[in-house]
Amino acid sequence: MKIEISKLEFTYPGGVQALRGVSLEIEPGEQVAIVGQNGAGKTTLAKHLNGLLKPTSGSIHIGDWDTREQSVSKLAQRVGYVFQNPDEQLFSKDVGTEVAFGPRNLGFSGEQVQGLVNDALMLTELSDKTDTNPYDLSPTWRKMVAIASVIAMDTEIVIFDEPTTGQDAANIARIANVIKVLRERGKTVITITHDIDFCAENFERVIAMSQGKILLDGKANDVLGEEEILATTYVDPPQLTRLGKRLGFKETVRNEKEFLAILTKQGHG
Amino acid sequence: MAIVNLQNVTYKYPLTEKPALQNIDLQMKEGEFVAVIGPNGAGKSTLCYTLAGFVPHFFKGELTGSVEVARNETSKSNLHEWVLNVGLAFQNPFNQISGAKYTVFEEIAFGLENIGVPREEMKGRVKEAMKMTGISDLADRSPYSLSGGQQQRVALTSILVMQPKVLVLDEPTSQMDPIGTREVFSVVRTMAERGMTVILAEHKMEWIANFADRVIALHEGQILVDGKPGEVLTSDVLTEKGFGISRYTSVARRARELGLWKRDTLPVTLEEAVKGFKE
Ligand SMILES: Nc1ncnc2c1ncn2[C@@H]1O[C@H](COP(=O)(O)OP(=O)(O)OP(=O)(O)O)[C@@H](O)[C@H]1O
Ligand SMILES: Nc1ncnc2c1ncn2[C@@H]1O[C@H](COP(=O)(O)OP(=O)(O)OP(=O)(O)O)[C@@H](O)[C@H]1O
Ligand SMILES: [Mg+2]
Ligand SMILES: [Mg+2]
Repeated sequence: MKIEISKLEFTYPGGVQALRGVSLEIEPGEQVAIVGQNGAGKTTLAKHLNGLLKPTSGSIHIGDWDTREQSVSKLAQRVGYVFQNPDEQLFSKDVGTEVAFGPRNLGFSGEQVQGLVNDALMLTELSDKTDTNPYDLSPTWRKMVAIASVIAMDTEIVIFDEPTTGQDAANIARIANVIKVLRERGKTVITITHDIDFCAENFERVIAMSQGKILLDGKANDVLGEEEILATTYVDPPQLTRLGKRLGFKETVRNEKEFLAILTKQGHG
Repeated sequence: MAIVNLQNVTYKYPLTEKPALQNIDLQMKEGEFVAVIGPNGAGKSTLCYTLAGFVPHFFKGELTGSVEVARNETSKSNLHEWVLNVGLAFQNPFNQISGAKYTVFEEIAFGLENIGVPREEMKGRVKEAMKMTGISDLADRSPYSLSGGQQQRVALTSILVMQPKVLVLDEPTSQMDPIGTREVFSVVRTMAERGMTVILAEHKMEWIANFADRVIALHEGQILVDGKPGEVLTSDVLTEKGFGISRYTSVARRARELGLWKRDTLPVTLEEAVKGFKE
């Protein structure tokens, strides 16, 4: 399902102009990361995709739906959104109920709900925590519950807002795996992240936002190599990109494999 | 004299079997900047709560051993005395807004107001603290209508402005943009150089390596390694136990297997990696 954002502007009640003309197309099944400084408008943009916020001007289409004409509950059939703050999202007394809430609400049959819940819990490795109250879990595991509840809705489009904050290596690998599985299932995934190394290792397209606008949009290697432009939105290139630059590599590298390939070539040349 | 002195500290949350902290011995000098790393559930937040007096004054449960911070002893003092000397920034900044104030400026001034700091001095301190964390332009905004990273900066600023003797920061940059993260580390470094003692739980190895004096690796409630950043962050045991490591360290380790890294020691910072790979 295609996403088309055209000349989107948004001003919060009170006067903060958070989006200042964003135009963007995301193809079905694409995996996109959005980076950029605090307050750039990333979360505001994400909340427009699932209809929590409506444009002050401009438009957003999710497939053939104009978000201005659809309710939040209708849009939930197409767009799942994992909140930056999981506490805005979670309200059930145990993990199992929480994860079942979304698909049940979308009208899946009892059997389908069970299947979707099991799949989401397995992917996030939460199966042993179904009876736990989300508020007895640490903030990091609450985020995993928030992720599971959205995956269980089986929407065509999934948005993650800062999924790796505070997560350790094992949980980051779990989240990377979730994104990989969603890619294999043909889902569109949009991930907002300050974790630039995670972004470099898991996404082919990167969008950098600054002050309510899009600053850069393109292939990961091209965008992440723009050190000076990224600095204007308070983003550093990934660690290995910076290292490659300092070592005089001509190409931009963004992961271990690319880095070692060039190093090996130089070592033998 | 040590400003932080934990001896053989073991702590269990109420109704739990397994201690969240086990036989912790930790001494810190005044002005030392110590980073605490560890996988999820290792006990980083629990250690922060213990240093800040929330364990056992707020979280009950069973605490043994002795905890002494800035001349407070947990066994003898209450939380009120404790917070005068020790500031804690919680892991989840979204829960830290007081709920009592309408603007960011007032929110940050709240703590100073409570301890009766004169209005003029208060204004000056609030302004200076906001400048340090880069939020001067948010002064008149409502503390509720902020982005994630902006909220975290407000929470951090309201602790810094109190100028506590001991500053306890539980993942203070989790919502911050990359360059903002580096700046916060640099501000904290400056505070430590001025004599504030800092303990900071974090996952961001590159900035720990650049700014902290010492690193403690926690694992299942116990101290696994305690030492200089360069030594702790490159030790093989971290990878075995599921700690995150910097990309410089992991790529150099792979390169070493391929014969492309010649040094005995592995890098944790960009500068070390550049030097090593140029050899
Ligand atoms: N509820 C709100 N009311 C008014 N202004 C808001 C509200 N939420 C966010 N803003 C403002 O809108 C701008 C964009 O905020 P947004 O949350 O979209 O940023 P972000 O890019 O997600 O930042 P972060 O990386 O810190 O999460 C900021 O200036 C912010 O202060
Ligand atoms: N309020 C609580 N009640 C019971 N057990 C708790 C409580 N808070 C934490 N624990 C347990 O104590 C142990 C240490 O948790 P702690 O939150 O200190 O870890 P952490 O290193 O901060 O993890 P994270 O990286 O997820 O923040 C874990 O086993 C956790 O489940
Ligand atoms: Mg945000
Ligand atoms: Mg913690």
